[in-house]
Amino acid sequence: MQLTREEERMLGGALGEAPRQALELQLEVGEFFGAERLVPVSNVHMMGDVEVMGDGGLEFMRRMAELGARCAVNTTTNARCFDFDYVERLNQDAGMAEKERGLISLLQRMGVMTADTCINYQSLYQPHLGEHVAWGDTGTVIYANSVLGARSNFESGPVAFAAALTGRTPAYGFHLDERRRGNILVQLEAAPKNLADWGAIGKLVGENHQDYFAVPVFVGVEESPTADDLKHLGASLASHGSMGMFHMVGVTPEARTVEDAFGGGRPRVVTVTDEDVEDLYAGYNTGDGSANLVVFSGPQLSLYELKTLSELLEGKKVREGTTLIVTTNRGNKCAGEKLGYLRKIEEAGGLVLEGVCFYILDSIARLRVENGWGNLVTNSAKLANIIAAHKFNPILRRTEECVEVALTGRVERP
Amino acid sequence: MSAENREAEIIEVERAAGKVVEGVALMSTEGFSPRYDLDRWTGEISRPGHAVEGENIKDKVLFFPTAKGGIAAGWAFHDLKTKGIAPKALVFGVTNPVMVQGAVFAGITITEGWSRDPFEVVRNGDTVRVDPSNKRVEVLRRE
Repeated sequence: MQLTREEERMLGGALGEAPRQALELQLEVGEFFGAERLVPVSNVHMMGDVEVMGDGGLEFMRRMAELGARCAVNTTTNARCFDFDYVERLNQDAGMAEKERGLISLLQRMGVMTADTCINYQSLYQPHLGEHVAWGDTGTVIYANSVLGARSNFESGPVAFAAALTGRTPAYGFHLDERRRGNILVQLEAAPKNLADWGAIGKLVGENHQDYFAVPVFVGVEESPTADDLKHLGASLASHGSMGMFHMVGVTPEARTVEDAFGGGRPRVVTVTDEDVEDLYAGYNTGDGSANLVVFSGPQLSLYELKTLSELLEGKKVREGTTLIVTTNRGNKCAGEKLGYLRKIEEAGGLVLEGVCFYILDSIARLRVENGWGNLVTNSAKLANIIAAHKFNPILRRTEECVEVALTGRVERP
Repeated sequence: MSAENREAEIIEVERAAGKVVEGVALMSTEGFSPRYDLDRWTGEISRPGHAVEGENIKDKVLFFPTAKGGIAAGWAFHDLKTKGIAPKALVFGVTNPVMVQGAVFAGITITEGWSRDPFEVVRNGDTVRVDPSNKRVEVLRRE
Protein backbone atom coordinates (compact mmCIF):
# COMPACT_ATOMS: atom_id res chain seq x y z
CA MET A 1 0.00 0.00 0.00
CA GLN A 2 1.18 3.52 -0.80
CA LEU A 3 1.77 5.44 2.41
CA THR A 4 2.31 9.18 2.83
CA ARG A 5 5.30 10.44 4.76
CA GLU A 6 3.05 11.10 7.74
CA GLU A 7 1.70 7.55 7.59
CA GLU A 8 5.22 6.13 7.37
CA ARG A 9 6.11 8.05 10.50
CA MET A 10 3.02 6.78 12.24
CA LEU A 11 3.87 3.21 11.27
CA GLY A 12 7.38 3.75 12.61
CA GLY A 13 5.95 4.74 15.98
CA ALA A 14 6.90 8.43 15.81
CA LEU A 15 3.38 9.41 16.84
CA GLY A 16 3.14 6.89 19.65
CA GLU A 17 2.50 3.19 20.16
CA ALA A 18 -1.30 3.35 20.06
CA PRO A 19 -1.62 4.89 16.57
CA ARG A 20 1.18 2.60 15.37
CA GLN A 21 -0.77 -0.50 16.40
CA ALA A 22 -3.97 0.99 15.01
CA LEU A 23 -2.40 1.66 11.63
CA GLU A 24 -0.90 -1.82 11.50
CA LEU A 25 -4.38 -3.33 11.96
CA GLN A 26 -5.84 -1.05 9.28
CA LEU A 27 -3.09 -1.94 6.82
CA GLU A 28 -3.66 -5.66 7.23
CA VAL A 29 -7.41 -5.24 6.65
CA GLY A 30 -6.76 -2.89 3.71
CA GLU A 31 -4.34 -5.32 2.11
CA PHE A 32 -6.92 -8.10 2.29
CA PHE A 33 -9.21 -6.00 0.11
CA GLY A 34 -6.45 -4.80 -2.17
CA ALA A 35 -6.55 -1.18 -0.96
CA GLU A 36 -3.82 0.93 -2.54
CA ARG A 37 -3.88 3.80 -0.08
CA LEU A 38 -5.48 5.26 3.00
CA VAL A 39 -7.94 8.16 2.92
CA PRO A 40 -8.31 10.77 5.67
CA VAL A 41 -11.63 10.56 7.52
CA SER A 42 -13.42 13.52 9.09
CA ASN A 43 -15.58 11.61 11.53
CA VAL A 44 -15.65 8.23 13.28
CA HIS A 45 -18.64 6.43 14.77
CA MET A 46 -17.86 3.28 16.73
CA MET A 47 -19.57 0.44 18.48
CA GLY A 48 -18.11 0.13 21.95
CA ASP A 49 -20.04 -1.51 24.76
CA VAL A 50 -19.22 -4.39 27.06
CA GLU A 51 -21.99 -6.68 25.90
CA VAL A 52 -20.55 -6.61 22.40
CA MET A 53 -16.81 -6.39 23.06
CA GLY A 54 -16.62 -8.75 26.01
CA ASP A 55 -13.89 -8.82 28.66
CA GLY A 56 -11.20 -9.18 26.02
CA GLY A 57 -12.33 -6.01 24.29
CA LEU A 58 -12.52 -4.15 27.56
CA GLU A 59 -8.97 -5.22 28.40
CA PHE A 60 -7.83 -4.07 24.95
CA MET A 61 -9.39 -0.65 25.54
CA ARG A 62 -7.68 -0.44 28.93
CA ARG A 63 -4.31 -1.17 27.30
CA MET A 64 -4.92 1.46 24.62
CA ALA A 65 -5.80 4.05 27.27
CA GLU A 66 -2.62 3.18 29.15
CA LEU A 67 -0.66 3.70 25.93
CA GLY A 68 -2.06 7.22 25.88
CA ALA A 69 -4.37 6.67 22.89
CA ARG A 70 -6.21 9.84 21.80
CA CYS A 71 -8.80 10.36 19.06
CA ALA A 72 -7.38 12.28 16.12
CA VAL A 73 -10.84 13.16 14.75
CA ASN A 74 -14.34 13.58 16.23
CA THR A 75 -15.45 10.14 17.37
CA THR A 76 -18.87 9.16 18.70
CA THR A 77 -20.29 5.94 20.10
CA ASN A 78 -23.16 3.81 18.91
CA ALA A 79 -26.10 2.67 21.02
CA ARG A 80 -25.00 0.65 24.05
CA CYS A 81 -26.43 -2.09 26.25
CA PHE A 82 -27.48 -0.12 29.34
CA ASP A 83 -29.63 2.86 30.15
CA PHE A 84 -28.30 3.20 33.69
CA ASP A 85 -31.64 4.58 34.92
CA TYR A 86 -33.30 1.30 34.01
CA VAL A 87 -30.80 -1.34 35.15
CA GLU A 88 -32.85 -2.27 38.23
CA ARG A 89 -36.23 -1.86 36.63
CA LEU A 90 -35.26 -4.26 33.83
CA ASN A 91 -33.33 -6.52 36.23
CA GLN A 92 -30.12 -6.32 34.21
CA ASP A 93 -26.74 -7.51 35.48
CA ALA A 94 -25.35 -4.95 37.95
CA GLY A 95 -21.79 -6.22 37.53
CA MET A 96 -21.95 -5.74 33.78
CA ALA A 97 -23.41 -2.27 34.28
CA GLU A 98 -20.40 -1.42 36.43
CA LYS A 99 -18.07 -2.64 33.65
CA GLU A 100 -19.99 -0.51 31.17
CA ARG A 101 -19.49 2.56 33.35
CA GLY A 102 -15.77 1.77 33.47
CA LEU A 103 -15.64 1.43 29.70
CA ILE A 104 -17.44 4.75 29.20
CA SER A 105 -14.91 6.54 31.37
CA LEU A 106 -12.03 4.87 29.47
CA LEU A 107 -13.51 5.96 26.15
CA GLN A 108 -13.99 9.51 27.38
CA ARG A 109 -10.39 9.58 28.62
CA MET A 110 -9.29 8.80 25.06
CA GLY A 111 -11.43 11.60 23.65
CA VAL A 112 -14.39 9.53 22.46
CA MET A 113 -17.72 11.38 22.69
CA THR A 114 -20.03 8.80 24.23
CA ALA A 115 -23.16 9.93 22.42
CA ASP A 116 -24.59 6.40 22.45
CA THR A 117 -26.74 6.67 19.39
CA CYS A 118 -27.34 4.67 16.23
CA ILE A 119 -28.91 7.69 14.50
CA ASN A 120 -25.86 9.94 14.50
CA TYR A 121 -26.78 10.85 10.91
CA GLN A 122 -30.05 12.37 12.15
CA SER A 123 -28.82 13.87 15.38
CA LEU A 124 -25.11 14.58 15.32
CA TYR A 125 -23.32 14.77 12.01
CA GLN A 126 -24.33 14.72 8.35
CA PRO A 127 -21.25 14.22 6.18
CA HIS A 128 -21.55 15.75 2.72
CA LEU A 129 -21.34 14.22 -0.74
CA GLY A 130 -17.99 12.51 -1.20
CA GLU A 131 -16.85 12.97 2.40
CA HIS A 132 -14.94 9.99 3.80
CA VAL A 133 -15.94 8.77 7.26
CA ALA A 134 -15.38 5.58 9.27
CA TRP A 135 -18.69 4.54 10.76
CA GLY A 136 -19.90 1.47 12.54
CA ASP A 137 -23.43 0.17 12.93
CA THR A 138 -24.57 -0.95 9.55
CA GLY A 139 -27.61 1.35 9.59
CA THR A 140 -25.41 4.43 9.94
CA VAL A 141 -23.16 3.32 7.10
CA ILE A 142 -25.89 2.59 4.59
CA TYR A 143 -27.52 5.94 5.38
CA ALA A 144 -24.24 7.83 4.99
CA ASN A 145 -23.40 6.14 1.68
CA SER A 146 -26.87 6.20 0.18
CA VAL A 147 -28.75 9.23 1.40
CA LEU A 148 -25.87 11.59 2.11
CA GLY A 149 -23.46 10.43 -0.57
CA ALA A 150 -20.68 10.20 2.00
CA ARG A 151 -18.26 7.27 1.91
CA SER A 152 -17.80 4.55 4.49
CA ASN A 153 -17.48 0.81 4.80
CA PHE A 154 -18.96 -1.12 7.70
CA GLU A 155 -16.26 -0.29 10.25
CA SER A 156 -16.67 -2.57 13.23
CA GLY A 157 -15.54 -1.55 16.72
CA PRO A 158 -11.80 -2.35 16.61
CA VAL A 159 -11.16 -0.80 13.20
CA ALA A 160 -13.44 2.20 13.75
CA PHE A 161 -11.44 2.85 16.91
CA ALA A 162 -8.23 2.44 14.89
CA ALA A 163 -9.54 5.05 12.44
CA ALA A 164 -10.23 7.35 15.37
CA LEU A 165 -6.57 7.11 16.40
CA THR A 166 -5.05 7.43 12.94
CA GLY A 167 -7.63 9.75 11.33
CA ARG A 168 -7.61 7.50 8.26
CA THR A 169 -9.07 4.39 6.78
CA PRO A 170 -8.02 2.05 3.96
CA ALA A 171 -9.55 2.99 0.60
CA TYR A 172 -11.50 -0.12 -0.39
CA GLY A 173 -15.18 -0.88 -0.90
CA PHE A 174 -17.50 2.11 -0.77
CA HIS A 175 -14.64 4.62 -0.65
CA LEU A 176 -14.12 3.80 -4.35
CA ASP A 177 -16.34 5.03 -7.20
CA GLU A 178 -16.58 1.63 -8.88
CA ARG A 179 -18.06 -0.08 -5.80
CA ARG A 180 -20.77 2.56 -5.44
CA ARG A 181 -22.51 1.80 -8.70
CA GLY A 182 -25.81 -0.01 -8.63
CA ASN A 183 -26.06 -3.66 -9.67
CA ILE A 184 -29.69 -4.56 -8.89
CA LEU A 185 -32.64 -2.67 -10.31
CA VAL A 186 -35.60 -2.69 -7.94
CA GLN A 187 -38.82 -1.74 -9.70
CA LEU A 188 -41.04 -0.48 -6.91
CA GLU A 189 -44.66 -1.26 -7.66
CA ALA A 190 -45.60 -0.69 -4.07
CA ALA A 191 -46.73 2.48 -2.34
CA PRO A 192 -45.15 2.35 1.11
CA LYS A 193 -47.14 4.41 3.60
CA ASN A 194 -45.48 3.49 6.83
CA LEU A 195 -42.00 3.03 8.30
CA ALA A 196 -42.71 -0.69 8.56
CA ASP A 197 -43.59 -0.82 4.84
CA TRP A 198 -40.18 0.63 4.01
CA GLY A 199 -38.54 -1.89 6.31
CA ALA A 200 -40.53 -4.67 4.68
CA ILE A 201 -39.26 -3.59 1.25
CA GLY A 202 -35.72 -3.64 2.66
CA LYS A 203 -36.27 -7.18 3.89
CA LEU A 204 -37.71 -8.36 0.57
CA VAL A 205 -34.73 -6.99 -1.37
CA GLY A 206 -32.09 -7.71 1.25
CA GLU A 207 -32.72 -11.32 2.14
CA ASN A 208 -32.79 -12.40 -1.49
CA HIS A 209 -29.47 -10.74 -2.35
CA GLN A 210 -27.27 -11.15 0.71
CA ASP A 211 -24.08 -9.50 -0.39
CA TYR A 212 -22.17 -6.52 1.01
CA PHE A 213 -21.41 -5.34 -2.51
CA ALA A 214 -24.93 -5.68 -3.85
CA VAL A 215 -26.14 -2.12 -4.46
CA PRO A 216 -29.87 -1.96 -5.20
CA VAL A 217 -31.27 0.94 -7.20
CA PHE A 218 -34.90 1.75 -6.50
CA VAL A 219 -37.02 3.18 -9.27
CA GLY A 220 -40.72 3.97 -9.34
CA VAL A 221 -40.86 5.74 -5.99
CA GLU A 222 -43.94 7.92 -6.22
CA GLU A 223 -44.12 9.68 -2.90
CA SER A 224 -40.96 11.36 -1.68
CA PRO A 225 -39.73 9.39 1.34
CA THR A 226 -38.86 11.07 4.64
CA ALA A 227 -35.55 10.69 6.42
CA ASP A 228 -37.18 8.20 8.79
CA ASP A 229 -38.53 6.18 5.84
CA LEU A 230 -35.03 5.97 4.37
CA LYS A 231 -33.59 5.13 7.76
CA HIS A 232 -35.91 2.11 8.08
CA LEU A 233 -35.30 1.02 4.49
CA GLY A 234 -31.54 1.27 4.90
CA ALA A 235 -31.39 -0.41 8.30
CA SER A 236 -33.45 -3.28 6.94
CA LEU A 237 -31.35 -3.71 3.76
CA ALA A 238 -28.20 -3.70 5.87
CA SER A 239 -29.59 -6.16 8.38
CA HIS A 240 -31.27 -8.61 6.01
CA GLY A 241 -28.88 -8.25 3.11
CA SER A 242 -25.62 -7.18 4.74
CA MET A 243 -25.77 -4.30 2.22
CA GLY A 244 -23.88 -1.04 2.64
CA MET A 245 -25.42 1.12 -0.04
CA PHE A 246 -28.52 1.71 -2.15
CA HIS A 247 -29.66 4.31 -4.64
CA MET A 248 -33.12 5.75 -5.18
CA VAL A 249 -33.50 7.48 -8.50
CA GLY A 250 -34.53 11.09 -8.06
CA VAL A 251 -34.04 10.87 -4.29
CA THR A 252 -30.44 10.02 -3.39
CA PRO A 253 -27.55 12.18 -4.59
CA GLU A 254 -25.66 9.69 -6.74
CA ALA A 255 -28.81 8.63 -8.63
CA ARG A 256 -30.10 11.67 -10.46
CA THR A 257 -30.96 9.25 -13.28
CA VAL A 258 -30.96 5.46 -13.72
CA GLU A 259 -27.81 5.71 -15.87
CA ASP A 260 -26.16 7.79 -13.17
CA ALA A 261 -26.87 5.08 -10.57
CA PHE A 262 -25.62 2.15 -12.64
CA GLY A 263 -22.69 3.83 -14.33
CA GLY A 264 -23.15 1.65 -17.42
CA GLY A 265 -23.45 -1.70 -15.63
CA ARG A 266 -26.16 -4.20 -16.59
CA PRO A 267 -28.35 -4.86 -13.59
CA ARG A 268 -30.41 -7.78 -12.44
CA VAL A 269 -34.04 -6.68 -12.17
CA VAL A 270 -36.41 -7.42 -9.31
CA THR A 271 -39.91 -6.12 -8.65
CA VAL A 272 -41.54 -5.39 -5.31
CA THR A 273 -45.32 -4.98 -5.23
CA ASP A 274 -47.85 -4.04 -2.56
CA GLU A 275 -48.93 -7.67 -2.60
CA ASP A 276 -45.38 -8.79 -1.76
CA VAL A 277 -45.42 -6.45 1.22
CA GLU A 278 -48.83 -7.71 2.39
CA ASP A 279 -47.65 -11.32 2.01
CA LEU A 280 -44.63 -10.51 4.11
CA TYR A 281 -46.79 -9.24 6.97
CA ALA A 282 -49.03 -12.27 6.66
CA GLY A 283 -46.02 -14.57 6.79
CA TYR A 284 -45.21 -13.90 10.43
CA ASN A 285 -46.36 -16.62 12.76
CA THR A 286 -48.53 -15.03 15.45
CA GLY A 287 -48.93 -18.25 17.43
CA ASP A 288 -51.86 -17.98 19.87
CA GLY A 289 -52.17 -14.26 19.11
CA SER A 290 -51.03 -13.09 22.51
CA ALA A 291 -48.45 -10.32 22.58
CA ASN A 292 -47.00 -8.97 25.78
CA LEU A 293 -44.10 -7.06 24.25
CA VAL A 294 -44.14 -4.21 21.74
CA VAL A 295 -40.85 -2.55 20.85
CA PHE A 296 -40.02 0.60 18.92
CA SER A 297 -36.25 0.46 18.46
CA GLY A 298 -33.56 -0.49 15.97
CA PRO A 299 -32.79 2.23 14.94
CA GLN A 300 -33.45 4.59 17.84
CA LEU A 301 -36.45 6.85 17.29
CA SER A 302 -36.19 10.33 15.85
CA LEU A 303 -38.03 13.20 17.49
CA TYR A 304 -40.66 12.88 14.73
CA GLU A 305 -41.21 9.22 15.51
CA LEU A 306 -41.56 10.09 19.21
CA LYS A 307 -44.16 12.70 18.30
CA THR A 308 -46.15 10.20 16.23
CA LEU A 309 -46.10 7.65 19.04
CA SER A 310 -47.13 10.23 21.62
CA GLU A 311 -50.12 11.16 19.49
CA LEU A 312 -51.15 7.54 19.03
CA LEU A 313 -50.84 6.85 22.75
CA GLU A 314 -52.27 10.06 24.14
CA GLY A 315 -54.95 9.38 26.73
CA LYS A 316 -54.70 5.61 26.26
CA LYS A 317 -53.28 2.81 28.41
CA VAL A 318 -50.98 -0.03 27.50
CA ARG A 319 -52.73 -3.22 28.52
CA GLU A 320 -51.83 -4.60 31.94
CA GLY A 321 -49.20 -7.30 31.48
CA THR A 322 -47.96 -5.89 28.17
CA THR A 323 -44.66 -4.04 27.99
CA LEU A 324 -44.10 -1.21 25.54
CA ILE A 325 -40.47 -0.24 25.07
CA VAL A 326 -39.20 2.72 23.07
CA THR A 327 -35.52 3.55 22.59
CA THR A 328 -34.03 6.83 21.51
CA ASN A 329 -30.95 8.90 22.17
CA ARG A 330 -30.29 11.39 24.92
CA GLY A 331 -30.92 14.45 22.77
CA ASN A 332 -34.26 13.25 21.44
CA LYS A 333 -35.40 12.07 24.86
CA CYS A 334 -34.55 15.46 26.30
CA ALA A 335 -36.34 17.32 23.49
CA GLY A 336 -39.28 14.91 23.70
CA GLU A 337 -39.56 15.68 27.38
CA LYS A 338 -39.61 19.44 26.78
CA LEU A 339 -42.20 19.04 24.03
CA GLY A 340 -44.49 16.84 26.11
CA TYR A 341 -44.13 13.73 23.90
CA LEU A 342 -42.42 11.75 26.60
CA ARG A 343 -45.14 12.42 29.16
CA LYS A 344 -47.84 11.10 26.81
CA ILE A 345 -45.90 7.91 26.08
CA GLU A 346 -45.04 7.34 29.73
CA GLU A 347 -48.52 8.14 31.01
CA ALA A 348 -49.83 5.48 28.66
CA GLY A 349 -47.42 3.06 30.32
CA GLY A 350 -44.55 3.02 27.80
CA LEU A 351 -40.90 2.86 28.86
CA VAL A 352 -38.61 5.25 27.00
CA LEU A 353 -34.98 4.18 27.24
CA GLU A 354 -32.11 6.38 26.14
CA GLY A 355 -28.75 5.50 24.61
CA VAL A 356 -29.62 1.87 23.96
CA CYS A 357 -31.00 -0.34 21.28
CA PHE A 358 -33.36 -3.14 22.29
CA TYR A 359 -31.49 -6.06 20.74
CA ILE A 360 -28.16 -5.27 22.39
CA LEU A 361 -29.60 -4.72 25.87
CA ASP A 362 -27.49 -6.62 28.36
CA SER A 363 -29.06 -9.88 29.56
CA ILE A 364 -31.75 -9.70 26.87
CA ALA A 365 -32.04 -13.48 26.52
CA ARG A 366 -32.53 -13.86 30.27
CA LEU A 367 -35.01 -10.99 30.37
CA ARG A 368 -37.05 -12.73 27.70
CA VAL A 369 -37.37 -15.83 29.85
CA GLU A 370 -37.99 -13.96 33.12
CA ASN A 371 -40.70 -11.79 31.60
CA GLY A 372 -42.30 -14.59 29.64
CA TRP A 373 -41.83 -12.68 26.40
CA GLY A 374 -42.50 -14.69 23.27
CA ASN A 375 -44.14 -12.72 20.50
CA LEU A 376 -42.37 -9.41 19.99
CA VAL A 377 -44.29 -6.93 17.87
CA THR A 378 -42.33 -4.12 16.24
CA ASN A 379 -42.44 -1.72 13.31
CA SER A 380 -38.72 -2.29 12.71
CA ALA A 381 -37.82 -4.88 10.09
CA LYS A 382 -34.24 -4.71 11.33
CA LEU A 383 -35.21 -5.56 14.88
CA ALA A 384 -37.53 -8.29 13.63
CA ASN A 385 -34.52 -9.86 11.92
CA ILE A 386 -31.93 -9.60 14.67
CA ILE A 387 -34.01 -10.39 17.71
CA ALA A 388 -34.83 -13.90 16.51
CA ALA A 389 -31.28 -14.78 17.56
CA HIS A 390 -32.39 -14.35 21.16
CA LYS A 391 -35.30 -16.71 20.56
CA PHE A 392 -38.03 -14.07 20.50
CA ASN A 393 -40.75 -14.61 17.93
CA PRO A 394 -40.71 -11.29 16.05
CA ILE A 395 -43.74 -9.97 14.20
CA LEU A 396 -43.47 -6.95 11.93
CA ARG A 397 -46.45 -4.61 11.93
CA ARG A 398 -47.17 -1.01 10.94
CA THR A 399 -46.68 1.63 13.61
CA GLU A 400 -50.41 2.14 14.31
CA GLU A 401 -50.96 -1.61 14.49
CA CYS A 402 -48.08 -1.97 16.95
CA VAL A 403 -49.71 0.61 19.21
CA GLU A 404 -53.02 -1.25 18.93
CA VAL A 405 -51.26 -4.46 19.97
CA ALA A 406 -49.81 -2.67 23.00
CA LEU A 407 -53.30 -1.50 24.01
CA THR A 408 -55.00 -4.87 23.53
CA GLY A 409 -52.25 -7.42 24.11
CA ARG A 410 -53.39 -9.19 20.95
CA VAL A 411 -51.74 -9.53 17.57
CA GLU A 412 -53.85 -10.74 14.70
CA ARG A 413 -52.95 -12.14 11.31
CA PRO A 414 -53.77 -9.53 8.67
CA MET B 1 0.47 -39.07 -4.11
CA SER B 2 0.32 -38.21 -7.81
CA ALA B 3 0.21 -34.62 -9.00
CA GLU B 4 -3.37 -35.16 -10.09
CA ASN B 5 -4.36 -36.41 -6.67
CA ARG B 6 -2.59 -33.50 -5.01
CA GLU B 7 -4.56 -31.19 -7.27
CA ALA B 8 -7.76 -32.79 -6.00
CA GLU B 9 -6.85 -31.87 -2.45
CA ILE B 10 -6.40 -28.15 -2.97
CA ILE B 11 -8.66 -25.11 -3.05
CA GLU B 12 -7.21 -21.82 -4.20
CA VAL B 13 -8.60 -18.75 -2.43
CA GLU B 14 -8.81 -15.20 -3.75
CA ARG B 15 -7.94 -13.17 -0.67
CA ALA B 16 -6.37 -14.14 2.61
CA ALA B 17 -4.86 -12.80 5.81
CA GLY B 18 -3.18 -14.33 8.83
CA LYS B 19 -0.77 -17.12 9.65
CA VAL B 20 -0.52 -20.64 8.25
CA VAL B 21 -2.73 -22.87 10.39
CA GLU B 22 -3.80 -26.51 10.45
CA GLY B 23 -7.03 -27.80 11.89
CA VAL B 24 -10.07 -30.01 11.54
CA ALA B 25 -12.57 -28.84 8.95
CA LEU B 26 -16.16 -28.00 9.79
CA MET B 27 -18.18 -27.67 6.59
CA SER B 28 -21.35 -25.61 6.54
CA THR B 29 -23.79 -25.08 3.69
CA GLU B 30 -25.18 -22.08 5.54
CA GLY B 31 -23.62 -18.69 6.28
CA PHE B 32 -22.38 -17.59 9.68
CA SER B 33 -22.60 -14.84 12.22
CA PRO B 34 -20.47 -15.16 15.38
CA ARG B 35 -23.12 -13.17 17.20
CA TYR B 36 -26.34 -14.78 16.13
CA ASP B 37 -25.51 -18.37 15.30
CA LEU B 38 -23.20 -19.07 18.18
CA ASP B 39 -23.28 -19.68 21.91
CA ARG B 40 -20.51 -17.25 22.78
CA TRP B 41 -19.65 -19.04 26.01
CA THR B 42 -19.27 -22.58 24.72
CA GLY B 43 -18.40 -22.08 21.04
CA GLU B 44 -21.31 -24.23 19.94
CA ILE B 45 -23.40 -23.30 16.91
CA SER B 46 -26.66 -22.76 18.73
CA ARG B 47 -29.09 -21.13 16.35
CA PRO B 48 -31.96 -23.59 15.94
CA GLY B 49 -32.01 -25.03 12.45
CA HIS B 50 -28.54 -23.84 11.46
CA ALA B 51 -26.88 -26.23 9.01
CA VAL B 52 -24.21 -27.17 11.58
CA GLU B 53 -26.25 -26.68 14.73
CA GLY B 54 -24.66 -28.44 17.70
CA GLU B 55 -21.12 -28.42 16.29
CA ASN B 56 -18.35 -26.66 18.21
CA ILE B 57 -16.11 -24.19 16.42
CA LYS B 58 -13.17 -24.31 18.84
CA ASP B 59 -9.87 -24.87 16.98
CA LYS B 60 -11.72 -25.77 13.78
CA VAL B 61 -11.18 -24.54 10.25
CA LEU B 62 -14.64 -23.25 9.38
CA PHE B 63 -15.99 -23.32 5.83
CA PHE B 64 -18.94 -20.99 5.32
CA PRO B 65 -20.42 -19.88 1.98
CA THR B 66 -21.38 -16.42 3.27
CA ALA B 67 -21.07 -14.04 6.20
CA LYS B 68 -24.12 -12.87 8.09
CA GLY B 69 -24.80 -10.27 10.71
CA GLY B 70 -23.80 -6.76 11.52
CA ILE B 71 -21.04 -4.74 12.96
CA ALA B 72 -20.85 -6.47 16.33
CA ALA B 73 -18.95 -9.37 14.79
CA GLY B 74 -15.90 -7.10 14.79
CA TRP B 75 -15.41 -7.63 18.50
CA ALA B 76 -16.80 -11.16 18.62
CA PHE B 77 -13.76 -13.11 17.35
CA HIS B 78 -11.45 -11.35 19.77
CA ASP B 79 -13.88 -12.23 22.55
CA LEU B 80 -13.87 -15.89 21.45
CA LYS B 81 -10.09 -15.86 21.46
CA THR B 82 -10.02 -14.41 24.97
CA LYS B 83 -12.39 -17.16 26.11
CA GLY B 84 -10.21 -19.83 24.47
CA ILE B 85 -12.92 -21.04 22.10
CA ALA B 86 -11.83 -19.40 18.85
CA PRO B 87 -11.64 -21.24 15.53
CA LYS B 88 -8.25 -21.69 13.80
CA ALA B 89 -9.40 -20.22 10.51
CA LEU B 90 -12.41 -18.95 8.59
CA VAL B 91 -12.66 -20.02 4.96
CA PHE B 92 -15.47 -18.00 3.38
CA GLY B 93 -16.97 -18.20 -0.09
CA VAL B 94 -18.07 -14.59 0.17
CA THR B 95 -17.40 -12.54 3.26
CA ASN B 96 -17.89 -8.94 4.35
CA PRO B 97 -15.51 -6.37 5.82
CA VAL B 98 -16.72 -6.91 9.38
CA MET B 99 -15.63 -10.55 9.38
CA VAL B 100 -12.25 -9.63 7.96
CA GLN B 101 -11.76 -6.78 10.44
CA GLY B 102 -12.80 -9.00 13.33
CA ALA B 103 -10.62 -11.92 12.30
CA VAL B 104 -7.53 -9.78 11.66
CA PHE B 105 -8.00 -7.99 14.99
CA ALA B 106 -8.25 -11.34 16.77
CA GLY B 107 -5.32 -12.86 14.88
CA ILE B 108 -7.49 -15.55 13.27
CA THR B 109 -6.65 -16.60 9.72
CA ILE B 110 -9.33 -15.69 7.20
CA THR B 111 -9.81 -16.26 3.47
CA GLU B 112 -12.40 -15.41 0.83
CA GLY B 113 -13.24 -16.89 -2.55
CA TRP B 114 -13.09 -20.54 -3.59
CA SER B 115 -11.58 -21.84 -6.84
CA ARG B 116 -13.99 -24.79 -6.56
CA ASP B 117 -16.80 -26.07 -4.41
CA PRO B 118 -15.09 -27.03 -1.13
CA PHE B 119 -17.61 -29.81 -0.59
CA GLU B 120 -16.01 -31.59 -3.57
CA VAL B 121 -12.61 -31.40 -1.88
CA VAL B 122 -12.98 -31.40 1.88
CA ARG B 123 -15.12 -33.56 4.11
CA ASN B 124 -16.22 -32.75 7.62
CA GLY B 125 -13.49 -33.86 10.00
CA ASP B 126 -10.62 -33.81 7.48
CA THR B 127 -7.47 -32.08 8.69
CA VAL B 128 -6.64 -29.14 6.46
CA ARG B 129 -3.91 -26.52 6.18
CA VAL B 130 -4.78 -22.92 5.40
CA ASP B 131 -1.88 -21.03 3.85
CA PRO B 132 -2.74 -17.33 3.39
CA SER B 133 0.53 -16.28 1.74
CA ASN B 134 0.10 -18.90 -1.00
CA LYS B 135 -3.65 -18.33 -1.02
CA ARG B 136 -4.60 -21.95 -0.71
CA VAL B 137 -6.28 -24.53 1.47
CA GLU B 138 -5.17 -28.14 1.28
CA VAL B 139 -6.31 -31.41 2.77
CA LEU B 140 -3.60 -33.02 4.92
CA ARG B 141 -5.42 -36.03 6.30
CA ARG B 142 -8.74 -37.66 5.61
CA GLU B 143 -11.07 -38.26 8.47
